[in-house]
Amino acid sequence: MSEKEIDSVTNVETTGHEWDGIKELNNPLPRWWLWVFYACIVYAIGYCIYYPAIPLIEGATQGLAGYSSRTELHQEMATIEAGRTEMLERIRQADVAEIQADPELTRFATAGGASAFKVYCSQCHGSGAQGASGYPNLNDDDWLWGGSIEQIAQTIRHGVRYEEDGDTRYSEMPAFGRDQLLPRADILAAAHYVRALSGLEHDQGAMDEGARVFAENCAACHGENGHGNKELGAPNLADALWLYGDTHQDIVSQINNPKHGVMPAWGDRLGDALVKQLAVYVHGLGGGE
Amino acid sequence: MSKAIELSLATFAALLALFMAAGAEDAVYEFHAYLFFIVAVLTAFWLIGRETATDDLDSYMDGPVRLGVLATVFWGVVGFLVGVVAAAQLAWPDLNIEPWFNFGRIRPLHTSAVVFAFGGNALLCTSFYVVQRTCRARLFGGDLAWFVFWGYQTFIVLAATGYLLGNSQSKEYAEPEWYIDLWLTIVWVAYLLVFLGTILKRKEPHIYVANWFYLSFIVTVAMLHVVNALAIPVSLTGSKSYSLFSGVQDALTQWWYGHNAVGFFLTAGFLGMMYYFVPKQAERPVYSYRLSIVHFWSLIFLYIWAGPHHLHYTALPDWAQTLGMVFSVMLWMPSWGGMINGLMTLSGAWDKIRTDPIIRMMVMALAFYGMSTFEGPMMSIKSVNALSHYTDWTIGHVHSGALGWVGMISFGAVYFLVPRLYGRPRLYSLRMVNWHFWLATLGIAVYAGVMWVSGIMQGLMWREYDPEGFLVYSFAETVDAMHPFYVARMLAGLLYLSGGLVMVYNVAMTVLGRERAEQPIAAVSTQPA
Repeated sequence: MSEKEIDSVTNVETTGHEWDGIKELNNPLPRWWLWVFYACIVYAIGYCIYYPAIPLIEGATQGLAGYSSRTELHQEMATIEAGRTEMLERIRQADVAEIQADPELTRFATAGGASAFKVYCSQCHGSGAQGASGYPNLNDDDWLWGGSIEQIAQTIRHGVRYEEDGDTRYSEMPAFGRDQLLPRADILAAAHYVRALSGLEHDQGAMDEGARVFAENCAACHGENGHGNKELGAPNLADALWLYGDTHQDIVSQINNPKHGVMPAWGDRLGDALVKQLAVYVHGLGGGE
Repeated sequence: MSKAIELSLATFAALLALFMAAGAEDAVYEFHAYLFFIVAVLTAFWLIGRETATDDLDSYMDGPVRLGVLATVFWGVVGFLVGVVAAAQLAWPDLNIEPWFNFGRIRPLHTSAVVFAFGGNALLCTSFYVVQRTCRARLFGGDLAWFVFWGYQTFIVLAATGYLLGNSQSKEYAEPEWYIDLWLTIVWVAYLLVFLGTILKRKEPHIYVANWFYLSFIVTVAMLHVVNALAIPVSLTGSKSYSLFSGVQDALTQWWYGHNAVGFFLTAGFLGMMYYFVPKQAERPVYSYRLSIVHFWSLIFLYIWAGPHHLHYTALPDWAQTLGMVFSVMLWMPSWGGMINGLMTLSGAWDKIRTDPIIRMMVMALAFYGMSTFEGPMMSIKSVNALSHYTDWTIGHVHSGALGWVGMISFGAVYFLVPRLYGRPRLYSLRMVNWHFWLATLGIAVYAGVMWVSGIMQGLMWREYDPEGFLVYSFAETVDAMHPFYVARMLAGLLYLSGGLVMVYNVAMTVLGRERAEQPIAAVSTQPA
């Protein structure tokens, strides 16, 4: 242990301790440091008086503010709810066509529908409603079950092939290949014919056979010209939009053993008002009829 | 301890491991038992083959320190690399390689590698170095220090392999399962014995401030680890366990642990490091003895209560949230006491920032320490937290503390230690230290900046309502908006990692005894124009 000495650079006395050559200056606490520390302590005490802070045997001190984060949340939620109550009530009373006739209601319903779409629908249909293979694009004007606002609302409310809902949309194309309803050659020919309907490259030699198979097996639902039938949920085969792909192989595979997409029924989960808002939003995306 | 006792302990450990392996109910447990068996057998062979101690028992015991510095460098680079991988996975999710290298397993591997493997080894080896020199006493306990070093490396390997194989008790920064926790407890108690024993047999009348900090770190981490890891194993021969706590009590215990892992592992421990290496490298006395006392006691008293600020606006009762917040705010000045004492120690030696890249690193470490210990209390204020919580701002905050403070001060200590421990006249290259400094600094600056922007953007997007009162953005849209920032963050990590690789080369060359022919840094600018 060395003696106290004066540091030649700063003219401050050392404490006289020394460890492995390290000495310590005896500088006082910086004033600003001390006062900011005190200020923080004073702030902390004040905060504890104003807000709930000190645990007691039963509960805790409530503070002068009577604050509770639960109450704060409920108040904020109530404010938002209160702002919406009137509009929601009007939406409940109106049918979807009436909502669309009222610009104020349409604006509100579109905003609410857009918000809900991002939570409930975007997982399958995409955040831009652009769809994906097996999940319909909602921006175009090709609708399996109809694109009027009532039809859209119906689809959202009851879903598609959603067995828990008695009113769900239901269509089932037979599995012509898997269930051996048609020989392989007929299926290949029909697929060429279907490609021809929308002007895609096809085998000219298969047309006669394809037309026969189509007329006998497919036209009942898809229509004589392949324009589809929205009553039955039968897709239009004469346009450029393909849910499961447009290659010959895709089409053969769909005739052989069709995929049947399922959409949940949202009516019971989201309630009537939100279904209407979603319908207004989806209808307004650009493809609504 | 006599050789016979040590040998029988190693044999017992090997036998125990064999029994564990024989009864193992799951593959990870079995793998770990065999791993442990190999470690125990190697230890036994080492004990048998070793010649009777030739060490000079009056000299300092620097063997574990010498290896510890290398372990620090090694695990550091591993941890940075895994961090870059994790960052890349967030930017490009296709990089999640199932099942071993998905983000869920890579993330704890990264945090444990940098905090416990890199930071832990840095603390272990510097504390062993510092406590001997400031006490003028050889490490207490003979081979116990070696047990601590190798036992800790075993813990790291058990934990890391466990994560990759899918083992986790799902507590942040405390993921290892119960048997690994028990092993760490044994190693940690041994560490405490070595450190405390050395202090008790010191030849100096006073205990140096660095040792207060190191000791508080060792004691508190022991307490935090033991309490938070309390769990009931499903079976003694299986890896799965269930925490003793549940619900909000579990959350509070976890964040009492989690925040004080930051407070005592990453702050108090590294302040101990700072208090030795900064005055040594600057060759100046510590600025204020009184400040060191006041800020030490206020820091350790206040830190332990600050954990609840991780649980603002949750099921945690309001009163606990209030206390967590106000203790965090009061912590601001005690934290800054360390920064002031470190920076002001340079008074009379400020020119060394220009001439000595090691000092430059230490000063940058203190600057980032000050920055993040201001940011922390600010983010604990509830209205700020309402925006920052769960966002990348928090990640940025942690990294400015971890990369800036913990990383830089450790690099400084490594560069100080390596030539001294290996008896070299100087480092291989000081200019490479300077390169490391700039790569790391640039990396941190980009990282922190990018995370501020993306975190605040993320928080604002989450809470944005349209005039009708509906949320504007879906969660997926906020994730999409983060993509460019995630890419930039990965590049920042690459910068930091490349700085680490420069260090590896420099340290390796120094250990090999090479000296790079280079112009001294100071000479460049001291010539009058």
